[in-house]
Amino acid sequence: MARVVVDVMLKPEILDPQGQAVQRALPRLGFDGIADVRQGKRFELELEGPVDDAALARIREAAETFLANTVIEDFTVRIEEDGK
Amino acid sequence: MTTRVGVVTFPGSLDDRDAQRAVRLAGAEPVALWHRDKDLHQVDAVVLPGGFSYGDYLRCGAISRFSPVMDTVIEQAKLGMPVLGICNGFQVLCESHLLPGALTRNDSLHFICRDQKLRIENADTAWTRDYSAGQEIVVPLKNGEGRFVADEHVLDGLEAEGRVVARYATQGAAADGFGNPNGSYRDIAGITNAAGNVVGLMPHPEHAVEPLTGPTTEGLGFFTSVLKQLVNA
Repeated sequence: MARVVVDVMLKPEILDPQGQAVQRALPRLGFDGIADVRQGKRFELELEGPVDDAALARIREAAETFLANTVIEDFTVRIEEDGK
Repeated sequence: MTTRVGVVTFPGSLDDRDAQRAVRLAGAEPVALWHRDKDLHQVDAVVLPGGFSYGDYLRCGAISRFSPVMDTVIEQAKLGMPVLGICNGFQVLCESHLLPGALTRNDSLHFICRDQKLRIENADTAWTRDYSAGQEIVVPLKNGEGRFVADEHVLDGLEAEGRVVARYATQGAAADGFGNPNGSYRDIAGITNAAGNVVGLMPHPEHAVEPLTGPTTEGLGFFTSVLKQLVNA
């Protein structure tokens, strides 16, 4: 079965208080040297059929209209190969 | 004929009954609308209430926006029907693109629940005519994702067109309900569309309609405003 991954991240100019909270917690736990943390969402879509251009176009449409709110978020769509 | 104001119940709505009660106290007939029913049952206006529709999964309001009832609400809103979205309802209106911008996580990361002082900025919308511009009111506020954001261009446009309906009043002590509770850009608590029939508001006027249960009765004006608007139409 083919898998397509959609990653959704807040746009760089939108404050990410969750990412900031994670970043502030890291040094307390001994994880130093991390300058910034941004938190996002990952969607794994298992396709019934082949990952062709038409399928990818539909997934991009779904990401644009539903999975991401493009007012505040950016998204990327990529195919995950078998065995990875 | 009695004015009919619909209140939509989504799975996870919390404040639908309070909104219905506010509608009744204002002198209109509340009509319960169901998220899966496209039919608005001849209502004259619609309230999208607060709560956690669909558990806030994906994003607040993102799934509700695609519910069958919203197809009709969006269509009618574009034709001029008054629509008020409170809290989660405001999030649904932004997700529906009936209003610009988005509501994001409070900058403090805390869920804030308190009585909040607001300044009514625009008293010309379908939902704010019973107020006067500059009037300060106190209504409850309760949200975890109430921080209004939009890009500078959109914010400037909202200001220039007078589409900021209410701001968090900041000129006073926090103990008295003053201050920006969530980091909203430009202290925005509520906005309207260009026509003034669609209003989104993060705080809860429907919880401030009776002395027994509310901090004030200053929220009732939203509901009496729409009633007058519809009677005079």
